[in-house]
Amino acid sequence: MSGGVDSAVAAARAVEAGHDVVGVHLALSRAGGTLRTGSRGCCTIEDALDARRAADLLGIPFYVWDFSERFREDVIADFVSEYQAGRTPNPCMRCNEKIKFAALLDRAIELGFDAVCTGHYATLIPTDAGLELHRAADNAKDQSYVLGVLTADQLAHTYFPLGTTPSKAVVRAEAEARGLSVAQKPDSHDICFIPDGDTRGWLAEKVGTATGEVVDRSGAVVGSHEGAHAFTVGQRRGLKLGVPAADGKPRFVLEVRPVSNTVVVGPKEALATREISGGRFSWAGAAPEDAEFSCDVQIRAHSEPEPARAFVSADEVRVVPDRPLDGVAPGQTAVLYVGTRVLGQFTIDRTVSAVPVDA
Amino acid sequence: MRHYLDHAATTPLRPEARDAWLDASEMVGNASSTHGAGQDARRLLEEARERSAAVLDCDPIEVVFTSGGTESINLALQGLWQARPVGTDAIVMPEAEHHATVDTIEALVAAGAVLRAVPVFRTAAIDGRVFADQLPGAALATALVANNEAGTINDAAELASSAAQALVPLHLDAVSALGHLPLSFRGLRGDAPDALGLVAMSVAGHKIGAPVGVGALVVARTARLSALLRGGAQQRGLRAGTQDVAGAAAFATALELAESERESETTRLAAMRDRLVDGILTRVPQAELLGDSSRRLPGNAHILFPGAVGESLLFLLDTAGIAASTGSACQAGVAEPSHVVMAMGRSEQDARSVLRFSLGRTSTDADIDAVLAAIADAYARASGSGSAARS
Repeated sequence: MSGGVDSAVAAARAVEAGHDVVGVHLALSRAGGTLRTGSRGCCTIEDALDARRAADLLGIPFYVWDFSERFREDVIADFVSEYQAGRTPNPCMRCNEKIKFAALLDRAIELGFDAVCTGHYATLIPTDAGLELHRAADNAKDQSYVLGVLTADQLAHTYFPLGTTPSKAVVRAEAEARGLSVAQKPDSHDICFIPDGDTRGWLAEKVGTATGEVVDRSGAVVGSHEGAHAFTVGQRRGLKLGVPAADGKPRFVLEVRPVSNTVVVGPKEALATREISGGRFSWAGAAPEDAEFSCDVQIRAHSEPEPARAFVSADEVRVVPDRPLDGVAPGQTAVLYVGTRVLGQFTIDRTVSAVPVDA
Repeated sequence: MRHYLDHAATTPLRPEARDAWLDASEMVGNASSTHGAGQDARRLLEEARERSAAVLDCDPIEVVFTSGGTESINLALQGLWQARPVGTDAIVMPEAEHHATVDTIEALVAAGAVLRAVPVFRTAAIDGRVFADQLPGAALATALVANNEAGTINDAAELASSAAQALVPLHLDAVSALGHLPLSFRGLRGDAPDALGLVAMSVAGHKIGAPVGVGALVVARTARLSALLRGGAQQRGLRAGTQDVAGAAAFATALELAESERESETTRLAAMRDRLVDGILTRVPQAELLGDSSRRLPGNAHILFPGAVGESLLFLLDTAGIAASTGSACQAGVAEPSHVVMAMGRSEQDARSVLRFSLGRTSTDADIDAVLAAIADAYARASGSGSAARS
């Protein structure tokens, strides 16, 4: 229970369904604020209080559990080191993978619980072949992507009451009807441990700044920056380039090279990616039987799934989209779907450009 | 059936204290008003003050009613600091004090005070020799009479004597000692020079069966202490604000009752507590009683459960209807590892694995039985060695 309306309604539905429910608010950040100052980030003391009051209304016990140390090690430290390695991490995936459905789930099972219930918009469908994870009914709110990192073992102990709800508006109306004070509370977005949304500033504090070069694909220096970790493939803003492009068109970050503290830029067309692959992967159920199959690939939480061919070996998953993908950053997660079903995911290690360098 | 073993956090309101409060609340009148109604309220208030002074063994004028232990401690420390002699800027503070002390002194340090920390022994007892060594030239010193987490009883008489000899004003935090130990302000102060030695002592009502919201700071006649709350001349100008007559009446009643049953309760609680500790150590051989084994508050059992997550233990006990505490303050919603346990020389991990059980007036053998029935399984689960069957 984050203090948000989704988890509050999820808890309410779980209680109504007859389950024995205990509300838990995760204390993940020691540096949390007291009052909610906006909809960025989570979870201030006020958020914890909102969660507590929702639990009070539902008549369920409420606890605040401290996973801040695990969170620091598994999520925050990973976030920093990924950026330092020139990759773009997805901390929400790591949190689901290591904290919410691992550390928390492990503790829950030890304490006699059967499942972790959250307000995620996703659907679990039991079949003869096992549990399947599917998109939520509301495509706009679908969060199956961030759950794509869950394994069959983890899924067996999860419960998502909101998955089949047609829309967020319905959830809010239900919250209102139930008398939950958080019914109209704005959704939080951005990274929960960077409440002011200034990721670059936050990273600069952790990693420091170091002046480096911005170069084009031919290696010519076209500008400078204060730390390669502040840039992500596909980024356009924040590039202070002294030399305009020959064609006058805007330039985008194509690559981040942390070792030389260099950022490579080029035209938008150069962002086109014809293949992605990675060695860290998991399946949301049984592993696929075929080594090669058609699927849809989604590389961001709210981007369109793209039809693709997947190639699975023991060491890696390789995906070739039917049409080139735009601005794919190593470190991002690629989630594979078949229809609405989540097959699994991999962390993107390698990308292959669709455009030759001298074009 | 709930079993409450967290009396150190708070204890049930005594019926007599409630009745005293209700009776007093029937009358209307601000004790500072000059008219008849005010005089009636004032009479009740001053009777309560005299009754409290009799139990605490001080002069009535030395009893300053406050809103509780935290306010008393804040008033004492900030008050002594603000009124300190020119040229003194050091504060002597042992390392295992309550957060009301720690946080207040932290703020004073930020405002220019110099902290002279005094270590505690592994039992949490204050090192009296180092305490005495740190005193000369200090602006003030503070110490717990008994440690609220570990239960260990300090030698308050020795600490007060050291302060008198070193010519330093001393504040004693008697919040957790009240009702369990004999406390004589006069006796502890002895013949210390004016404004020096023991000059202030904090007590809280809800620890002895008075309502939450009333306590007292005993302030020696000659103490030099500035007020925190300003806005009226009440209580020697040391604590402005309309006085809580009903609270004072309830507090005085609770004080008298607590003192009258103190010796018999000490015997009763200690016996139950010893059975609790023996029973836990038998069922959980890895567990360890922390704090002094003999010089400890009669109802206190402070136990380390190695490898167990304190939060999980509390949860499992709570689910079994048993209320206990980790004894650590909640900062920003996250239970911090106890600074007291760490000051006792334990690791941060150990500091997260400690439970405090504390008995009180309404504790019975059934409470002990309940803990003993639940503790082994709770420990197994909370230390990750439970049967967590995940397919």
